[in-house]
Amino acid sequence: MSYDTTHASVAHNEEHEHHQQETTIFGFWVYLMTDCIIFGTLFAVFASLCHHFAGGPTGKELFDIKNVEIETAILLLSSITYGFASINAHKKNKGAVLVWLLLTFILGVSFVTLEIKEFHELVAHGAGPDKSAFLSSFFTLVGTHGLHVTIGLIWMFILFFQVMGKQGLSTRMQTKLTCLSLFWHFLDIVWICVFSFVYLGSVV
Amino acid sequence: MSENHTTSHEGESHGSYGSYIVGFVLAVILTVASFATVLSKAFAFWQTIAILAVLATVQVVVHLVFFLHMGTKSLSQRQNLAAFIITVLMVAVVIAGYLFVLWDAQMNMMPG
Repeated sequence: MSYDTTHASVAHNEEHEHHQQETTIFGFWVYLMTDCIIFGTLFAVFASLCHHFAGGPTGKELFDIKNVEIETAILLLSSITYGFASINAHKKNKGAVLVWLLLTFILGVSFVTLEIKEFHELVAHGAGPDKSAFLSSFFTLVGTHGLHVTIGLIWMFILFFQVMGKQGLSTRMQTKLTCLSLFWHFLDIVWICVFSFVYLGSVV
Repeated sequence: MSENHTTSHEGESHGSYGSYIVGFVLAVILTVASFATVLSKAFAFWQTIAILAVLATVQVVVHLVFFLHMGTKSLSQRQNLAAFIITVLMVAVVIAGYLFVLWDAQMNMMPG
């Protein structure tokens, strides 16, 4: 095989890989769009039930805005740390990717911890999801978001060790990291709507 | 940090440190504005809700552009954008329809 044909076949392979990468990412994007519809529906449910307190506590009495501020800051910071991991992934800078992924992971875990603590306190104060329609829809919406973040963290945990392993930052790994980046940034967008309409909207 | 390092051969953008930091700063400003609007209690109820809606919408767009690299430059970006617009329309129909039905039901089921 002459150099030229080898070169051409490598180029062809790369193009094929690149095409496959784009198809995978678009497929993942379509999944995110369906997730968008789930959250849209849950927001509609919350909007329709947010004044049905059934004699129970209102959002104004329950929500600790200080806690929401911290959660928002953590999630926003985790978005930029994941962004830095993405940049380094495309530069094939393995060490930096691992450091930024680890930071993002720690931020994500802190977010979920704060949310579980908040839910626990609400339930302990008798404001569980069974108390009123308002609280049912609140727990469903915010809980679904928290569940997504948790799944994102499990995914990040797995990718961390895959990047550390012999796969390194292959094209396939880069595709996986890009999909998780879309997922992670998407969850931050959902959180914008959560803190604006669920928490801040309830304490106005 | 040259752009070439972070841009693939088809011009698909993966962002740069600069674009992430710009997005982050804008997001922080908008978030602080949202919290300040509510906590300062400077506006009436519906005014506050309207301001929150505007700030949230702007922040969603900031995140889409700076973090999710949404745009119209490459084919894949345009495909993503098309899927997104269709989704936004569907969600708008769901939410607007929900609120309309709800409002209607409330008006018709008033006791007395």
